[in-house]
Amino acid sequence: MASVLGVYAKVVRAQIRSQTQYRLSFAFEVFGSVIINGLDLATVFVLFSVAGSLGGFAGPEVFLIAALSAFAFSAADLVVGNADKLRDYVRTGLFDTLLLRPLSALWQLLAVNFAPRRAGRAIQGGIIYAIALVVADIGWDVPRIVLAVVAPIAGAVFFGSLFVAGATVAFWWVESGEVANAFTYGGNDFTLYPSTMFGDWFRTVFGSVLGFSFVAYLPTLALIGRSDPLGTPDWLRWCSPVTALIAAVVARAFWRLGVRHYRSTGS
Amino acid sequence: MIISADGLRKDFTVSRKAGRFRRERHVVSAVDGVDLRVEAGELLGYIGPNGAGKSTTLKMLTGVLTPSAGTVRVCGLEPVASRTTLARRIGVVFGQRSQLWWDLPLAESFELLRHIYRVPAGDHATRLARCTSLLGLDEFARTPVRQLSLGQRMRGELTAALLHGPEVLFLDEPTIGLDVLSKQAVRTFLAELDARGDTTVVLTTHDLADIEKLCKRLVVIDHGRVVHDGGLDELHARYGSRRTLVADLDAPWPEGLVVPGASVVSVENRRVTLELDGVAAGEVIAALAKAVPLVDLSVREPQIEDVIARLYRGER
Repeated sequence: MASVLGVYAKVVRAQIRSQTQYRLSFAFEVFGSVIINGLDLATVFVLFSVAGSLGGFAGPEVFLIAALSAFAFSAADLVVGNADKLRDYVRTGLFDTLLLRPLSALWQLLAVNFAPRRAGRAIQGGIIYAIALVVADIGWDVPRIVLAVVAPIAGAVFFGSLFVAGATVAFWWVESGEVANAFTYGGNDFTLYPSTMFGDWFRTVFGSVLGFSFVAYLPTLALIGRSDPLGTPDWLRWCSPVTALIAAVVARAFWRLGVRHYRSTGS
Repeated sequence: MIISADGLRKDFTVSRKAGRFRRERHVVSAVDGVDLRVEAGELLGYIGPNGAGKSTTLKMLTGVLTPSAGTVRVCGLEPVASRTTLARRIGVVFGQRSQLWWDLPLAESFELLRHIYRVPAGDHATRLARCTSLLGLDEFARTPVRQLSLGQRMRGELTAALLHGPEVLFLDEPTIGLDVLSKQAVRTFLAELDARGDTTVVLTTHDLADIEKLCKRLVVIDHGRVVHDGGLDELHARYGSRRTLVADLDAPWPEGLVVPGASVVSVENRRVTLELDGVAAGEVIAALAKAVPLVDLSVREPQIEDVIARLYRGER
């Protein structure tokens, strides 16, 4: 296992070296990324200071939900966000080359397209999440400490599974990008806010059926020790790792089905 | 037996516009029941016209595509199910797809591949040194792949496919688009690899010189089916290819002259072309020399182009 990770790390480093070959372009990308992330950060602060409470939750609680969601999403985006490159690989037949190497095709796809410029946003997300944990009124005990660490990882796995599942559609339907984005970026927007804010059917579909409530809303309730005003059983608030695992298993099965459907291209 | 395929088939569903919104779907068999047996150490030419199903077969043998029907075994493994295990034991060069890192120097690609295939450093160094000297990689090993010429890149691809010491090497049109010198370099390299006998090679190509110089055995496919499996000589025998004799005379060709063992194909001014009926050229030349004054003459071997063209046209 360690040696496999070592190989991936080498491929990622090679990718970073490749990107930095085009120095000016790389510098511009990093610069742009920093500016955009800064704006994101400003938006959160403005929203937070203007709206004192949202959907029945106090400012610090809303802030924690948003911070947890943003951290999980940016971490998933850093590692798995480049899965949408699959479209190009399938369209051009370049996916062949990934299948010819003795490594998982999915991890190769992710490693070969690793975008170091996304790291800044993930780091920023981590810092904001830490601040939000401090600001929120949390009665710290061992389960809550574990949850505070595990929740962003589970959220990232959940979003990562969505990225992979969304990208996999390309095996059947090459121009699939926007449909997948509706669920990844749309889902991210849903998780940024307390579920109580949304209308009934929308909340049922996104929150409960697709499981987006488990990313930030329910773990936050557990952290601050509040029961869900919408009536979710208390124990479910702790279940985000389980839903993340289920999402990962489903995404993996879907991916494997997709690979078997791969048609390649002429010659 | 290192490769075996039985009743191998690959169907693709193709949809075609039939009206404004309606689409017609129909199934096309790119490979339609191919049986193939390859012994370890063979060099096999897998040829056929464009769209015959060569690449599709190769992709099923390497685990890229899942067969629609039939069974395949390569190195005793089922390619799709054991894809990553098989990948360590085979090498693949697809002429149109690069295995190399586009923006990195060739040498760095080789180093990465060493880690990806987990090749012991000693073996890697030995194989790399051999390829470097045989293919002359030294001059461009430090150049980013995107700046290499096609010929240089192809030499790099060949090396990349061999660094992990594969048992089978699959080559899909490795000489396509190369200049004469690069083609020769690749060909010489493959001949040397074949001579050592420890690597099985399956080669698809449209280059007839590749076929003549390298392939002792040819499998020809057309419309997804095998139409010939055997040596080049058998192919000539099957189509009755004959050697031709072209003679320049010092006098006009006497109308109605019969040369035993040969038939006249054409007469142009004082040049006559004859086809030999399997007799020794010497006898025919002797007979010819008695009958007419000869200035010059040449014997031409049957052309592989003609045979392959007849095969592709579906003549039996």
